[in-house]
Amino acid sequence: MPSVQSKFFFSRRLLMSAVAAATALALAPAQAQDAMKVGLVAAMSGQSAKSGEAIVRGLSLAIDEINAKGGLLGKKVELVVRDDESNPAKGAVAARELVQREKVVAFFGGLDTPVSIAIVPFANQSKVPFMGVWAAGTPITRNGAADNYVFRVSAVDELVDVALVDYAMKKYGAKKPGMILINNPWGESNEKGLRAALAAKNLPFAAIEKFQDADVDVVPQLTRLKEAGADLLFLVANVAPSSQVVKSLDRMGWNVPIVSHWGPAGGRFSELAGASAAKVHFIQTFSFSGNTSPKAAAVLAALKKKYPEIKGLGDVTPAVGIANAYDAMHLTALAIEKAGSTEGPKIRDGFYAIDKYNGLIKTYNKPFTPQNHDALSAEDYIFTYFKGEEILPLMN
Amino acid sequence: MLITAAIISGLGLGSMYGLIALGYHVTYVVSNTVNFSQGSAMMLGAVLGYAFSVRLGWPLPLAVLMALALCALFGLVVERLLVRPFAERGSNAWLMATVAGGIVLENAVLFTFGKEPRSFPSVLATKPVAVFGAGVYPLQLVIPLAGIGIAVLLHVVFHHTRIGKALLAVVQNPDAARLMGIDVRRAIAASFAVSTVLAGIAGLLIAPLFSVHSEMGTLFGIKAFAVAILGGITSAWGVVLAGLVYGLIEALVTAFFGSVYTQIVAFSVVILALAALPNGLLGRAAINKV
Repeated sequence: MPSVQSKFFFSRRLLMSAVAAATALALAPAQAQDAMKVGLVAAMSGQSAKSGEAIVRGLSLAIDEINAKGGLLGKKVELVVRDDESNPAKGAVAARELVQREKVVAFFGGLDTPVSIAIVPFANQSKVPFMGVWAAGTPITRNGAADNYVFRVSAVDELVDVALVDYAMKKYGAKKPGMILINNPWGESNEKGLRAALAAKNLPFAAIEKFQDADVDVVPQLTRLKEAGADLLFLVANVAPSSQVVKSLDRMGWNVPIVSHWGPAGGRFSELAGASAAKVHFIQTFSFSGNTSPKAAAVLAALKKKYPEIKGLGDVTPAVGIANAYDAMHLTALAIEKAGSTEGPKIRDGFYAIDKYNGLIKTYNKPFTPQNHDALSAEDYIFTYFKGEEILPLMN
Repeated sequence: MLITAAIISGLGLGSMYGLIALGYHVTYVVSNTVNFSQGSAMMLGAVLGYAFSVRLGWPLPLAVLMALALCALFGLVVERLLVRPFAERGSNAWLMATVAGGIVLENAVLFTFGKEPRSFPSVLATKPVAVFGAGVYPLQLVIPLAGIGIAVLLHVVFHHTRIGKALLAVVQNPDAARLMGIDVRRAIAASFAVSTVLAGIAGLLIAPLFSVHSEMGTLFGIKAFAVAILGGITSAWGVVLAGLVYGLIEALVTAFFGSVYTQIVAFSVVILALAALPNGLLGRAAINKV
């Protein structure tokens, strides 16, 4: 009766593996207690999936470095990732789960401002530090809470708008710029910021025009800006609508300087907008290209080693996600060390206690104070453009 | 300068709306139903054209033919699964079923094609030419011609050919049409295939001016339906004319009042126009004999 025997053998093997699995499960919590968990809520699927992947890479690289030096407070650091699908409700649920079930000591945010804004009140209530590494919406860190647990290593819309105006004046000597903005809350927030930044410089603006995500032809809006005498355009929109603006300008034959927020960096801008894509100068917080710092070279080499699919500089586009996340993780680690504890309020005070950190983007001196939860400021922004698929910095 | 640019932009946009709206017209005159996944069919045409010609490197004519053939197939599937089972029972549930079908298609494309917008280049949209001082791509001149050409074709077929008259007979009295030897089911199925092919043509024509992605058709589908109603859905001429009028309103409002007011004014005009002309610009009132 060979079949019965083999059946018996099979079931015994099954039993043994079940026992083994049960043992592993029983041991798992004990192991987990030796680990210190940090979380990430970001878009891991959909249009912005690439941004989530970049953030995971930056965080993982920093965590590897931290663990190689013995971890934090004697524990290995472990990253727990949750997908928010760019959906604020899903992001809020994920944040709750990370804090309450996974017991993360701190957690990071993704690309979408609306998702981060949905998480902010929960982070402040539960007193667990929430670190933004991409979304630039001004009210994420400047949220008005008396007890603010939200920090950021990324651009801030309000400061970006100041930098855009500075660049327009210095580089192009703009006297009367116009604005072409996407018709959504992001465009709205930058309209406010740009108006304020222009007013601070006593610079008039020609006109403000809005357009929709699905607009095929932006010529009517652009013609209005041209008639109003705009000598430069501020552009705020994601990659696809930004390319519609560039194509419409081409068709009109209007060769006007374009100074843009970082929307074009989010996708295949050079493919979508064609040859004129290179005319658009947009803001970034970091670029590996043309970066001579030894730290940048070391991080790039480590990235290539850890992720063999990264071959050239075109594969780390946009680099802001990686760089912001990398520095944010190291700063968080320093804060936890300063705190000597994993309690939220102590970690928060730990952030204020950081003196100096030699990071990838810059050397941070007293990056956080109770009044300022943003580690990067307008001086840290760089202007870049697309050359083929690569984002290159503009030297000046 | 401002007016010329706005008029040319408006006519170009308007003929795109008109082309998709003709798809609503075709199924309506034959079966009194419409396919609310027209916007998705437009997207399907563009995505398939892109996949065949850019990704697989097929010659453009072959890629276009294949894309349109698959659009026709989509139309047949919509009719068979989402319209016929409901319409034959006298239910209006096809309305929701076709909307749902469009959403299913968009998500299927999202998973296979990806959500990242891609560019579908065309030789007709690389160098602008000057028309009355405004720069336009040759493709923008082809689109109105295609719209008017297809409207002429539909008019001729429906009013001057046996098959066209047979199709129109179907909607007036399906039972009588059946007694006269007309295959009513095939006639209706054919009208759905034609409607999705028209949407596919629109998608292929618009793609080089726009970018190809799974959500590109949504807003077009909605605006085209507004245009179909505005034109009087029973008249091919009315639909094309309404498309041009609607496109012009959009572009002129944007040019003179600013883009903030475009949608408010354009849709208000549709409501006012329908209040004044309940059957649309050139439509005829439906006569219900009891």
